[in-house]
Amino acid sequence: MIKRKMFMPLLVLVSSAAVFMAGPVQAWAPKKPVDFVIMAGKGGGADKMARLMQTVIEKHGFSSKPFVPINKPGGSGAEALMHMKSKQGDNHTVMVTLNSFYTTPLRQPGLDVDISTFTPVGRMAEDTFLLWVNVDSGITNVDEFVAAAKAAGNQWIMAGTGKGQEDQLLTTFLNQAYGLSIKYVPFKGGGRVAKELAGNHCNSTVNNPSEQLGFYEAGKTRAIASFTPTRLPLFPDAPTFRELGKDYVYFMQRSVVGAPGMSDEAAAYYRDVFARVYASDEWQAYMKKKSLQGGFLTGPKLKSYWAREKAIHKVILKDIGEI
Amino acid sequence: MEILELLGQGFGIALQPLNLGLVILGCALGLFIGAMPGLGSVNGVAILLPMTFLVPPTGAIIFLAAIYYGAMYGGAISSIMLGIPGASTAVATTFDGRPLALAGKADQALITAAGASFIGGTISIVLFTLFAPPLAEVALAFGAAEEFALMMLAFATFVGLGGDDIPKTLFSIFIGLALSAVGLDIISGEPRLIFGGLPGFFHGIHFLVLAIGIYGIGEMLWTIESSHDGVKVSQASFGLGRILTHLKGLKGSIKASVMGSFLGYFVGILPAAGATPGSIMAYGAAKTMSRNPDSFGKGNVEGVAAPESANNAASTGSMLPMLTLGIPGSPTTAILLGGMVIWGLEPGPMLFIEHQSFVWGLIASLYVANVFAMLINLAFIPAFIAVLRMPFTILAPIIFVLCVVGGFAPTQDMHDVWLILIFGVVGYLMRKLDYPLAPAVLAIVLGPLAETSMRQALLMSDGSLMVFIERPISGPIMGVAIVLFLLPIVKLLHQRRARASA
Repeated sequence: MIKRKMFMPLLVLVSSAAVFMAGPVQAWAPKKPVDFVIMAGKGGGADKMARLMQTVIEKHGFSSKPFVPINKPGGSGAEALMHMKSKQGDNHTVMVTLNSFYTTPLRQPGLDVDISTFTPVGRMAEDTFLLWVNVDSGITNVDEFVAAAKAAGNQWIMAGTGKGQEDQLLTTFLNQAYGLSIKYVPFKGGGRVAKELAGNHCNSTVNNPSEQLGFYEAGKTRAIASFTPTRLPLFPDAPTFRELGKDYVYFMQRSVVGAPGMSDEAAAYYRDVFARVYASDEWQAYMKKKSLQGGFLTGPKLKSYWAREKAIHKVILKDIGEI
Repeated sequence: MEILELLGQGFGIALQPLNLGLVILGCALGLFIGAMPGLGSVNGVAILLPMTFLVPPTGAIIFLAAIYYGAMYGGAISSIMLGIPGASTAVATTFDGRPLALAGKADQALITAAGASFIGGTISIVLFTLFAPPLAEVALAFGAAEEFALMMLAFATFVGLGGDDIPKTLFSIFIGLALSAVGLDIISGEPRLIFGGLPGFFHGIHFLVLAIGIYGIGEMLWTIESSHDGVKVSQASFGLGRILTHLKGLKGSIKASVMGSFLGYFVGILPAAGATPGSIMAYGAAKTMSRNPDSFGKGNVEGVAAPESANNAASTGSMLPMLTLGIPGSPTTAILLGGMVIWGLEPGPMLFIEHQSFVWGLIASLYVANVFAMLINLAFIPAFIAVLRMPFTILAPIIFVLCVVGGFAPTQDMHDVWLILIFGVVGYLMRKLDYPLAPAVLAIVLGPLAETSMRQALLMSDGSLMVFIERPISGPIMGVAIVLFLLPIVKLLHQRRARASA
């Protein structure tokens, strides 16, 4: 489960090169407002990011027609995936996705969704995960965490987002790697999860930095380890699990996909739009502030990234008995 | 006083010509967005979010907050005029607002709603100004068990609202609860009651779909049946003299408004609760405290004042967890939060320290928005009344179009429009058979909150129900809820005994 981490400057260069190359050949343009499907509910991490992208597109006039956000959060993204599938060949529908892009079709084979048919537009970032505890617990490192969690047995509560989603995969990793029996309690949305920890209603969480940042800065919660290949600049004191001898890295993709069977010209248009969003000052500032990683990926590279991620998630989901 | 000084600086920001203009524009837009059934503040704020990059961040958030504020005033308008709650927060306003409008007192109901909203807004902003940081701690102390206890309290207050026929009220509640279970269950991660995988059911049945169906379509069918030709939806007259009389008449409902304001505010600051339980509880409490509770539901102005003051107070209240904890207290504040993040204003405990001028500018703008929302609302009342004078043959198709558009807009899914039509027919039949409809609508709002929080609490306690009673905050709330549940039974027994001895 090792992921190659690419270097940011190189990627900015590549993506801006893509902008220049895409420029002259661009012949197609949307003929009506573009449906911008969001695979999550209003106010969540994916939603905030989608609205930032929409704002950047409007502000800089990257698109001749507006992008209209539509939330389709139902069934861990099942609703959104079904919607995209029904838009076969549509040139005016793109979607913001996260990791449920892989896990939901795996967990619900009845949906009959094949993500390899979707049109790759762009991977905008990879969100990171850290292990968090409340400052009141006095825990400052993973050893203390393991000792406390072992002593508490299944009374140790990990709050997370929905069942079978990213947070639970990470909880299962901790249970298996350290021989723990942490209890996983799902809440709606990462912001709510962060508040549960700050209010001492649970013992630990595996939030994204953007979700815990407020409480962290106020000195209420503490990050004790990160699920990244190297330490995050925002949290220099939190070692990676790799440093601690557990080779475990996990990211959440923040990508944009087009409807299956979208025309090549339309796909090129959206690739260009989102490459420009990626290179914009607003997006770069947001990535830095929220400790987001990863460069802009598109085309066959994004497709092979999805194939690899899907295979990884298949193994994890099998491990925890979800499929 | 440090707070007064900060507030003064805040007014300096809020009263800058650009920001003042944005507040007024936002209030006016919000009023109409709130008055349109189905549009509501959530969609209004979401649609207008990208427009705000034209102005500086503080102005943008002030504008969005003003829309939210205006929409809270506007929500009462469609509840009173059409009997369709435009948002879940305005359901309780229909209980007495609608009967008042049908009795030709639409102007009185609208003025009371505006006055009560103003009182609710004012009290809540003052509380917000003085006690924001300590109240944030209260919000933080609320976990799953406390949330469930609060939901029980909300259910308990409306058990008595259904009318005299308790079995029919229970039936209506359970229909609402069953409908609220449709869609993805976040605890098990499995879809429930999706009728063999119909994609439209994956996102569950939204409150608006049920409310527009049974109040909008169902009410229209009912009116068509009960009034054959040439009948107006409601008689309405209007004049300056009447306005003044009604404004003076506000004194009578001041107690209900003040009570509603405090209740709404405290429920509003709790994450996840939002304004809906607050407005229902305020209505229930006003009815319980009233000297003649039987007039409620038949056109008592206090029944308009209590929920309207509560939902405005709660909307201010729900900004508290958003600003101090980064947790949206309502769906609309979730979008506002997204807006703040886009502008680089990180909500959370540090916001009050790092972005002081923004926070106080926003708070001051709420005072300004409150005044303007009321003035704009009062100014438009004659226009609303004129709408009511239209013949039913013209009004009905307009309402129908509003219902369909309002149902389609949030999800942009035809599935929801079909559901609205089905619920319309079902609502009409239920009404014909004398089933109360409000409990079903409220159950679909509170059901998911109650269910999830109960299961989360029980997961944490290994299935022990004691978790609801042992904890210092949930225990007393649960106790009050149980007493309220038992009260109608005790009353019933008492009446029977009295009747038997007579």
